[in-house]
Order: sequence, then C-alpha cells, then structure tokens
Amino acid sequence: MDISYLLIILLVGAFATYFSGDKLASKVALFFGLVAFGTSLALLNQFNQGENINVLLQWIAKPNIHFALNADGLSLSMVLLTTALTPIIIFSSFGNEFQNAKAIYGLILFMSFAMVGTFLAGDGFLYYIFWELALIPIYFIALIWGNGDADERKKAVLKFFVYTLAGSLFMLVAFVYLYQKAGSFLIEDLYKLDLSANEQTWIFFAFFLAYAIKIPLIPFHTWQAKVYQKAPTLGTMLLSGIMLKMGLYSVIRWQLPLVPMAAKTFMPILLGFGIAGVIYGSIVALRQKDLKKLLAYSSLAHVGLIAAGTYTLTLDGLSGAVLQMIAHGFVIVGLFFAAEIIYRRFETRTISEMGGIREQAPKFTSMFMILVLASVALPGTFNFVGEFTVLYSLSQINVWYAVLGGTTIILGAYYMLKMFQHVMLGETNVKVFKDITFNEGIVLVVIIAFLLFFGLYPKPIVEFIKPSLEVVLNVVNSQF
Amino acid sequence: MDNTILSLILLLSPFVGFLFNVFFGKSVSKNVLGYIGTFAVITSFIVTLMLFLDVNNSKTAIEISLFDWISLEKFSVDFGFLFDQLSLLWLLFVTGIGSLIHLYSISYMHDDEHLNKFFAYLNLFIFFMITLVIGNNLLVMFIGWEGVGLCSYLLIGFWHKNQDYNDAAKKAFIMNRIGDLGLLIGIFILATLSNTLNYSGISNMIQINNASHNEVWYSIAAFCLFIGACGKSAQIPLYTWLPDAMAGPTPVSALIHAATMVTAGIFMITRLNYVFDLAYSVQIIISVVGAITALVAATIGLVQNDIKKVLAYSTVSQLGLMFLALGLGAYEVAVFHVITHAFFKACLFLGSGSVIHALHGEQDMRNMGGLKKVMPITFWTMMISTLAISGIFPFAGFWSKDEILMTAFHGNPALWVVGSIASILTAFYMFRLMYLTFFKEFRGTEKQKSHLHESPVLITFPLIILAILAAVGGLISLPGNSWLNHYLTPILPKLGEEHHVLGTTDYILMGIATIGAMVGIFIAYTKYIKQNQVPSQDSEITGFANVLYNKYYIDESYNAIFVKPINALSKIFRNNVEPALSELVFGLGKGANYFGKQGKKLQNGNIGLYLFAFVIGVSAILIYLFLAQ
Repeated sequence: MDISYLLIILLVGAFATYFSGDKLASKVALFFGLVAFGTSLALLNQFNQGENINVLLQWIAKPNIHFALNADGLSLSMVLLTTALTPIIIFSSFGNEFQNAKAIYGLILFMSFAMVGTFLAGDGFLYYIFWELALIPIYFIALIWGNGDADERKKAVLKFFVYTLAGSLFMLVAFVYLYQKAGSFLIEDLYKLDLSANEQTWIFFAFFLAYAIKIPLIPFHTWQAKVYQKAPTLGTMLLSGIMLKMGLYSVIRWQLPLVPMAAKTFMPILLGFGIAGVIYGSIVALRQKDLKKLLAYSSLAHVGLIAAGTYTLTLDGLSGAVLQMIAHGFVIVGLFFAAEIIYRRFETRTISEMGGIREQAPKFTSMFMILVLASVALPGTFNFVGEFTVLYSLSQINVWYAVLGGTTIILGAYYMLKMFQHVMLGETNVKVFKDITFNEGIVLVVIIAFLLFFGLYPKPIVEFIKPSLEVVLNVVNSQF
Repeated sequence: MDNTILSLILLLSPFVGFLFNVFFGKSVSKNVLGYIGTFAVITSFIVTLMLFLDVNNSKTAIEISLFDWISLEKFSVDFGFLFDQLSLLWLLFVTGIGSLIHLYSISYMHDDEHLNKFFAYLNLFIFFMITLVIGNNLLVMFIGWEGVGLCSYLLIGFWHKNQDYNDAAKKAFIMNRIGDLGLLIGIFILATLSNTLNYSGISNMIQINNASHNEVWYSIAAFCLFIGACGKSAQIPLYTWLPDAMAGPTPVSALIHAATMVTAGIFMITRLNYVFDLAYSVQIIISVVGAITALVAATIGLVQNDIKKVLAYSTVSQLGLMFLALGLGAYEVAVFHVITHAFFKACLFLGSGSVIHALHGEQDMRNMGGLKKVMPITFWTMMISTLAISGIFPFAGFWSKDEILMTAFHGNPALWVVGSIASILTAFYMFRLMYLTFFKEFRGTEKQKSHLHESPVLITFPLIILAILAAVGGLISLPGNSWLNHYLTPILPKLGEEHHVLGTTDYILMGIATIGAMVGIFIAYTKYIKQNQVPSQDSEITGFANVLYNKYYIDESYNAIFVKPINALSKIFRNNVEPALSELVFGLGKGANYFGKQGKKLQNGNIGLYLFAFVIGVSAILIYLFLAQ
C-alpha cells in the first residue's frame, strides 16, 4: 500500500458521505474518517519498517509536473494529526443538527483530503493545488453553516478567502520562477537550486506572504478572529486545529530549505514577528468578550511562538515547533469544543453571560480545566514539551528572545484563567447547565489522554520527526 | 524491596489517592474518603522513613532514572529521581506534616459538600510536592514546581462561588508564573552552560571548568533562579499573593502556604548551592531582599486583625529570614529554620483553624478573646508554637532563629540589626495574637459564645504532635553539636570543614535576641492585657498604622503600575489597533477586488466551476511564461 490510498479513501469518503443522504452523512463521514486514521496508522507502520510508500508519477509532461507524494517523519506526523483530528471533529459535531448535513460532512472529508495532500505533496505544483483546494471547503463551511448576521459573516469569510488566496498567488509566482530555473517542480530538484542572495530574498518574501497570512502572523492575522467566531465550531476546529499548521509545515518543508540564506539574514525580523505575535495576541485576548474570539487570539499567540521556533533554524527549534503544532492542534480543538458544549446549553458565546457552571457540571469543569492547563503549557502536558523546546531554542539564539517569548507563560495564564473564572466559576448560574453527555465526554477524554500521555512520554513522536528535520536542516546548512 | 519500586510507591501513592477521590469520592462515605486520602500520604511517609534510614546508614544517595523525557540536540532530560540527604529531609516533613494535616482535615472539612474534591487536591498537592523534591534534574523539579502552584490555585479557589477567592487564586497562580519565567530562563542558561539539567551534571561542570570564566553567566542564571524562588517563597516583590492565599481552607494554609510549598524556593537554592556560591553579587541581593521582606512583612503583621492574615505575614517574614541566611551562604541554617518553622507554623495555622472552627468561621481577632478556658489544648499548643516562633529558649525557633541572627552578625551587622528588629516585632505581634484570641473576655456574639467548644480529637491530635515538635525540634541542630549539619555534609561539603564552637560573642547575641523577644512580648502584654486594648475598627485606624493596615498600598500600586495599564493596552488593541489593521487589509482587498471583477460572474458557488477556472487560470499563467521564454 502506498500513501496515495489515504488520499483516495478521503476523497471517496467525501463523495460517499455526500451521496449517503442527510440522515446517514455524519456516520458515514465518521466511518471514513476512522478508516483514514486506521490507514494512516498502517502506513506509519509500513514507513517505520523501512518500506517505500512514496508515490512518483509523471502527471504532465510539459510543463514538467509530477504527482509526487513524499512520506517522512515531518509529513506523516502532520498527516496523522489531520487524520486523527478529523474523526474527532466529526464525532464532536454529532450533537449538532445541520441543514444539508450531507454537504457539510462531505466537505469536512474533502478538506481533510486537501490538507493531507498539502502535507504529502512532493511537487511544488501539486502542493500548490492542494494548498488552494483546502481553502474551498472551509469557505463554504463558514459561509453556509456559520452563525451570526449573514451579511457580516459573508463579509468576514470573503475577506478570509480573498486574503489568503491573494497571499498564495505570490507563492505561485515564486514557484513559477523556481520552475524556470530548475525545469521541474519536484522538491528534490528545487532543493538543489543555487539561488543568489537577491533571488532568495524575493522568493523568501513571496512565500512569507502566503504563510504569514495562513498561519497567521501579525499583522496579517486580521481575518482570523472574525472567521473563527463566525464559522460553525467544526469549521473553527478544522481551521485552528489543522489548517493553520499547513502554513507552519510549509515554512519547514518549503521555505527554509529553498531559501535558507534569506531566512538566516532576516532571522531577527522573523523571530520578532513571531514573538510580537505572542505578546500582541495574548494582550488582545485579555479583553475579549466572545469566547471563540478569545480562543482565536490565544491561537494567534501560540502560533507566533511556533513560527519563531521554526525560524531559529535549529533542530531544537524545528522539533519543538512540530511538537507544539501537534499539541496545539489537539488542545485548541478541545477548547473550541468546550465553547461549543457551553453554546449547546446556554446558546451564547458571550463570556459575561456565562459563569456559575462549575457547580452544575463537575465533569465538564474538570476536563475544561485540564485543557486550559494544557493550553498554558503546564509541565506534564504535551504542550509543555513543545513550548519548553521552542523557548530553549530561542534562548540559544539570544536569551532575550526566550524572555520575550516566555511572557506567554505569564500572559497565557492571565487570559486563560481569567476566562475560566468568568466562564465557569462564581455563584451558581440560574440557567440549567447539564453536565456533558457521553459522546461529548469521549471527545474530551480522547484529547486529554493524548495530551497527558505524550506530555510524559513524548519520545516516540520526537524520535519519529527528528530524522526528517535533520534532513531539512542539512539542506539548509549545505548553503552556508 | 527494590529502590525503584519503593520510590514509585512513595510518589504514586498520593496520586492513587487523588484518582480514587476523583472517581470514587462521591460514592463512598465522607469518613472513608478522608481516611483513604490520609492513608495515601502516610504510606509515602513510611516509605520515606525507609529510604531515609537506608541513605542515612549507607551515606550514599540513591539515583533512579525511569525513562527519557525530553530530548534536545545537545542533551536529554530523563525522568529521574534523586534520594539524597536533602530530598529525604524535605520528604520527611512534607509527608510527615502532610499526614497530620490530612488527618486534621477529616474533621475540619467534614461538613463541606465537596470533601472528595478537597482530599483529591490535597493528595495531588503532595504528589507534586514529592515530584518537586525528588527530581534528579531541574526539569522534573519544574513539573513539581508548577504542579504545586496548580494545587495552590485550586485550593485557594476551593470555595469557587466567591469571586474574591477566585481572584486570589488567580493572583497566586499568575504571580508564581512571573517567578516561573525567571526560573525557566535560569534553567535555559544553566543548560547552555552545562549541557545537562541533572544536578550532578551541573555541579560537575562547575568543578571541572573551574567556572571562573563563566562567572557572569552563572550569576545571571542564579539571579533568574532567585526570581523563581521569590515567586514561590513569597519574597519581595512577588509576595503579595501569599496573604491573599488565606482565602483557602485553613488546613491548606497550614500545609501549602506555610509548611511546605513556600519552602520550595529555599529547597531549590540549597539544591543548587554551588551555583549560588559562584554568584557573590546575587547572594548579596538575596540576603538584602530576605532582610527587607522579613522586616516589611513583620511591620504589616503588627496591625492585622484577621488571625490568618497575621500568620500569613508572619510566614512571609520568616521566609525572609531564611533567605537572609541563604544569601550569606548558610544553607544549613536556612534549612534548619525551614524545618522548625514548618513545625510551629503548621501548628499555629491548625490552631487558628481550630479557633475559627469553634467560632463558625469568625477570623477577626477583635471578635475573639477568652478562649483559653474553653479551648485549653488549642491554647497550649499554640502557646508553645508562639514561644517557638518568638525565639524563646529552649523552643525550636530559638535555636534556628538564633543561628540565622548569628550568621547575619558575622556576615554583615546591618543584616543582623534588621533581622533582630523583625524578630522583636514577631514576638510582639504573635503575643498580640495570643492575647487577643485567648485572654480576657469573649467579645463575640452570644450565639457564638453558647457554642464554644474544644475541637475534636482529630484536630487536637495533630496540634499536640506539632506542638511537641515545635518544643523540641531544636535538638536536631544544637550549636556545636549539630546532627543536621553533620547529616547535610554530603550536600554542603563546606560543613565538614567548619567546627562551630560558640564564642562569647555568640552568647551575647543569644542574650540580646532573648531580651529583644521579651521586650516584644512585654509590650504586647502591657497593651492588650494590662491596658486591655482591643484594636480599633477599620475606619478609626489613622496615621502610619493605617498605611501598615493597608499593607503599604503595595497591592494598589501593582494594580496601578501593571494590571491597569496592561488591561488598558488590551482595550486599545481591541478597539483601535485591530480595526485599523483590518481596514488596511480591506483597502488592499478592494484593490484586489477591482482587479478580479472580470471573474466575478464565475463566482456562483459551484465548486466544479471554481476548480476548473482555477486550473485554467494557473495554466494560462504558466503557458504565458513558457511562451515568454
């Protein structure tokens, strides 16, 4: 079995879900999501045993485009993140009623398909197609099934769509330029290119625009909070849990090894962008009134730190960033789900209308608390491993980066605990809050179990991703 | 038994207790869950004793590595334990006093509807405290360090319906995290210097490299670690959370906010004594901060009327004295005071709990008085502890405080003066507490008066044990013949070289300290017994007393300097910067929109058409570029 089976399963799943009708759609989608997850585990096993599961087919002769899918520790870890979170996200929305359910569940699998493709693509052109393809389902999910005022939503979603698309166009131009030089879109051919410093700078910033918008880094983040707020929760989960990792992944896979000299030259600025995001995002999060928006800004702060880790160009920085990408993927999905659980009962996302839940829902409170603690990277959670590694790598560049980036330890605790206090604690709410259902519990328990287990024993993941990051760094260092 | 298994029992027993209380706490009777929680800690205590005897006999530390935890490019951090003289000493009083306080809590918290949660948190705290102490590297310690902070947060906000308590809990966590950032940076620097985080590795690196060329970096590391210690051990400027932490149930104040968690900073500095010995300038900072903290907290303690607040400020003040000693390189003296303080302060807090219990929640000393007759056990145990904390011969505090003051005198007389004043003030406010609470007539309501009673045996038993320890605890380190110093020699090699013999100066110092304490007590006696004064109502407090009563307005200043500006900034970011950035993008978007207007008709929501158009478009660009070539 090669890695393309995974893509086929997801694509078939998307269509099967669409044609299964509204009643069955969620279950069919979950089934295919789980099959895809199982398949990726099987592929992981094959990969670990040294089998070649890559795909390389000539797709278009002129221009020279390949259907190339490459599996390594980095791409497979992102694929597993996607295929693990997809069924979780699908299952988490079992408690929701959607109009035209077959379409939304089909779109989820389709998006999963596109994201997996992005992570695996070993050909620049193919990568670009998957990259853009992933945008389409989330656009419709947010537009059609989102909440709030329809006009405002439309405006926010369109802005997001156009903005990210516009950013990506620069990347496309960069790819076309690279193609001209290499005569191929294959990543290994592109890696071999010897670009002048000037060329590197231009290409670097073309990529940077695409990624900075996608991740997002400040000040390119303005689409984020509104879209997170307006999208249905499962859309927000897809965006924050997986899709923003596409940008971070691409930095490691494409941007750094292709134009490392530029990355090195601009390192202080890039680290500055990331760390400024940590501080800015945290401070903005402090005074948010809407729970989902608050989480969006917390996400902004976290990805800022992750991006800073990638731009250190050190092994610790990269591996810390990847670990944190995985950890953040899980915790943010959990947190948005917690927001959804509250919404299902109180029909509000406004923090000031909440409070006094703890007494009524002890199970939910405990689980929410653990997620909050993971989000603030308490040692023992997987998030700590990533955050510690990233901060350590920053301290290796200059200890002040670690100090500034480390303010997330303080500010993160401030806005998360403040949020928790106003959402959960205080005099018992007059509105009835039913404790979590069995299904809701499963979702949270799975996420929490993952975060705690790998918090204490991250070794398997670290050892799995490290060799691939070393390869990337070798390409990077070969240019110095 | 195998040491690995023993250490796992030691560590995991409270954790199992925690899990039990979380999952089955609701389905068993209240007494059962309390005893199970207590039993879990007693188990740890017994295992500690076994390991203690083992290490004490063999004189060799036990190091256990379980598995690789975090691996970095240059080094990896294992999940490992170190049982040596220092960690076992700490474990003894953590699990020992922990057991007593668990026992006490069975009765004290009996009427609380969330008893299972209380014991769950308490067990979890012990688990993290053990982790903190037994880690063989800084990062495992950090798990415990942040973990105890979490439990402190959970227990301060235990009565979560009250948002003031929740604020106090949040404040404790955040202030601790300020320290934690410092600690983490210190860890990074040490990691860079030593390429390991194992204590043994860090110490080896210092010995091998002679370290003198890196002295600046070691000093910076030491300073950062000290910031961490300031957070956890409530030193200036990060102490303000501790008095607020009294919002938690009283056993929590005794266990976490007096006897154990707040000593973590002293533990860490003692553990890394070889790093701090390299950083002379930081040592000066530590003793000065310690001395100032001791004095400032003591002055605030003079006028507080809430019985727990008095004890809280007294804790801050005593911790300050310990830091004073640490800064002078007298680690063993600080450790000695940690231990005696744990005895008498735990006893005092539990005693105050017993009083509060009898008065159904009353904490204001102005509404107490005359309890000596109805609560004799509480009175006498607290009296012994008060004598101990005041430094009266021959109680435990006399010996340890005296050692600190002597060290200070030999280090720098100015420190001695400040420390002595703090001690005199301590004697005064502690006897003020005793006189107001137990002497003269009862000043509470008639209803309270009719219900006055001595607490049940589960409460008085721990008090008696702790009072005995507070009385005789000094025996572990008598001057000239100190078991403690001898015991700690493997950790603090310098101790082996010194032979502490008391000179005339030292006897004079002892005399001065004792006279000072007597003076403090005498003033309190005159004011509250002879003149029968009762502190005035809040509104009537004026002048400097008012400044003290309001704690020098430090909380208010922090609010004005840090909290308010950051919130204002947040508001500006939210209301102004965000929309401005957003508008900027929209401006760009409008330009793009114009550019893309031709394609608008195609945007009818049909995915297939979209894709088709997209592929065509990209192909067109490509073809164009090829043709251009």
